[in-house]
Amino acid sequence: MNEPVDVLIVGAGASGAAAAWSLADTRMHILCLEQGGWMNPATYPSTGRDWEARFFGDFSPSPNIRARREDYPVNDDNSPIKVVNFNGVGGGTVMYTAHFPRLHPSDFRVQSLDGVADDWPIDYATLAPFFEENDRMMGVSGLAGDPGVPPRNPPMPPLPLGRSGAILGKAMNRLGWHWWPSDTTVATVDYEGRARCINLGHCTPGCAQGAKASTDITYWPAAMRAGVELRTHCRVREITTDEHGMAAGVVYYDAEGKEQFQAAHVVVLACNGVGTPRLLLNSASGRFPNGLANSSGLVGRNLMFHPYAQVYGYVAEATDSNRAPPTCLWSKEFYETDRSRGFVRGYTFQFGRGVGPVAEAVASEAKGLVPWGAGHHAAFRRLNGHRLSLSAICEDLPEDRNRVTLDPVLKDSDGIPAPRIDYRIGENTARMMEHGIARAKEILAAAGATDICVNSPILYGGWHLLGTARMGADPARSVVNEWGRSHDVKNLFIVDGSLFVTSGGVNPTSTIQALALYVADQMKQRLANLFD
Amino acid sequence: MSADSFLTPAQRDDLCAIAGVMIPASAEFAVPGADDPAIQADMLATLGRDAGAVREALDALARCAGQPFAGLDLARREAAAGEWRARGGAAVETLTRVVLQCYYRDDRVVRSLGLEPRAPYPQGHVLEDGDWSLLDPVRARPPMWRPT
Ligand SMILES: Cc1cc2nc3c(=O)[nH]c(=O)nc-3n(C[C@H](O)[C@H](O)[C@H](O)COP(=O)(O)OP(=O)(O)OC[C@H]3O[C@@H](n4cnc5c(N)ncnc54)[C@H](O)[C@@H]3O)c2cc1C
Ligand code: SF4
Repeated sequence: MNEPVDVLIVGAGASGAAAAWSLADTRMHILCLEQGGWMNPATYPSTGRDWEARFFGDFSPSPNIRARREDYPVNDDNSPIKVVNFNGVGGGTVMYTAHFPRLHPSDFRVQSLDGVADDWPIDYATLAPFFEENDRMMGVSGLAGDPGVPPRNPPMPPLPLGRSGAILGKAMNRLGWHWWPSDTTVATVDYEGRARCINLGHCTPGCAQGAKASTDITYWPAAMRAGVELRTHCRVREITTDEHGMAAGVVYYDAEGKEQFQAAHVVVLACNGVGTPRLLLNSASGRFPNGLANSSGLVGRNLMFHPYAQVYGYVAEATDSNRAPPTCLWSKEFYETDRSRGFVRGYTFQFGRGVGPVAEAVASEAKGLVPWGAGHHAAFRRLNGHRLSLSAICEDLPEDRNRVTLDPVLKDSDGIPAPRIDYRIGENTARMMEHGIARAKEILAAAGATDICVNSPILYGGWHLLGTARMGADPARSVVNEWGRSHDVKNLFIVDGSLFVTSGGVNPTSTIQALALYVADQMKQRLANLFD
Repeated sequence: MSADSFLTPAQRDDLCAIAGVMIPASAEFAVPGADDPAIQADMLATLGRDAGAVREALDALARCAGQPFAGLDLARREAAAGEWRARGGAAVETLTRVVLQCYYRDDRVVRSLGLEPRAPYPQGHVLEDGDWSLLDPVRARPPMWRPT
């Protein structure tokens, strides 16, 4: 029999870690259940000669390809964008690329400014102190003074421009377009016990150096020192409720596959934009037949991915290739709405530095740029180490039909129904992607690149999982209130990417974690009347 | 179970032959072909989770060849390989990737690309700082983000 706890957090990823660390101030008994385990950086791909190959196998970003016991399968057949994630302590931050922009102030006011979707119930100013706190805890490197974004002061200097950054910067200057070194969570100096980046160049499938801020090496050690308990290899099947319709606790499977019950006074969900609606839908009961916290019918709806329109080409000069972190520059030239472009809202350009030889060979063979036979070697040498790439991270607007439901057949290794994704790229977003592709081609032309290739959308690009339990003041149009508490179940909170009302056109993790810190702070301020 | 027992001897011969068609040895670049014994041994030892798809692709190749692929002369190999590649599919993509990922981590091949044959960790690489004065025109711009 497990002792009841004060706060039970489900999921130890980006948001779960931040919320746990913040709530630890209260000295309450806080427990986090995570379906995956602790990572061992000594076994990350960049420690071996097969470092590139493992990206196609046990370190694929796709849970369906990785297929470890802790990875639940996802039926995404009916989506042009496939879900990618990571399940373990650190969650998606173990496998993220560490590009760390924030949502813009205008992103919280899309209805007022542009007449689409809904405004958020909070604004940028509300999150500003939490963005800063999170930058300090994760350790952000960047350069102040960017006219493209509101003022911020990254605690570490930016990554070097490198060869790729310099070529791209010159091209952007030729066009007169905005660019800036990206904010990243890659440590550029030794920082809070983390060693600085040594340019292993393979940040996405885990940083063996510990320079990339995944929450297993940032928030979690601090949260655990402050008394938070983290139980790994525990997969939550459902949240149970009591006779008053309050969350009573959760049923989970432990590392041996044994069913357990954990009672809790407060339950906090941090399972991401797919895992959280899945858990709520799996928690249907006689009292909550459509799933828990779902009186609005919006649990699982309004899924947003940010379709990536990726364009790349090859220049005569050598680029940084795989000998540097993939994050490089961003451009906000096309971020804010300009209706003359034929769409509302906008996108960030995220620039990359190039890829390693295996990734280059596989991609350029598939694109028909490298032939088989005697001509292979010369063609490959012209491309390898010469790639420049950029992606338009396009704002996805919330649409009812884009959703997470439960698959009637597919189950995870514990027999729990798996999620099914139904998703289509909206018309506004499609026009934005075309615009992004055309501008990206102009940028690559200005850089002197040839052999231009397009991946739009990036197939395995469902890395931003947003909107499926949105926040709002109106219980009919949102799942949680303006401080993250379920409208229906007064001791149930959500802190992950599901909260997003709209997606903005940036990678979301900085904002997800700022939101988690904000919700935790609201809980702390309201402890005396949390359930009123 | 030894890793190469995933393939029958005929399948191994066909894998070696198709790898050689894809990437033949080159005297000009002083590199082996993908049918080189050390590269083949790496492929067989590390097939792992790809073994099923590779077997499926090799079966399809043998069907295109009308007999064991390795038994054909070079011209007929190229014709059969062309047909097999044009038909495509996930299994063919997997086999192609298996060949490329083992070829482009071979010490001799990696050196010929001007790269060091080693894991990225722990030595890492050096990234040059670049010319920060390139940012001057951007610094001079007024704020671009919309206040609310
Ligand atoms: C390849 C890749 C690249 C990315 N690059 C970037 C980037 O450059 N910048 C950026 O901002 N974002 C990036 N992301 C996205 C980033 O990882 C996510 O935005 C972020 O991790 C989401 O945080 P979260 O807290 O919502 O969920 P997650 O971090 O996904 O955490 C959810 C956790 O919950 C656990 N869980 C789920 N269900 C259960 C259950 N039933 N029981 C127990 N535990 C459960 C999971 O195992 C997981 O650990 C990338 C993601 C990937 C996969
Ligand atoms: S490039 Fe830097 S951050 Fe990325 S894996 Fe290497 S050391 Fe880590």
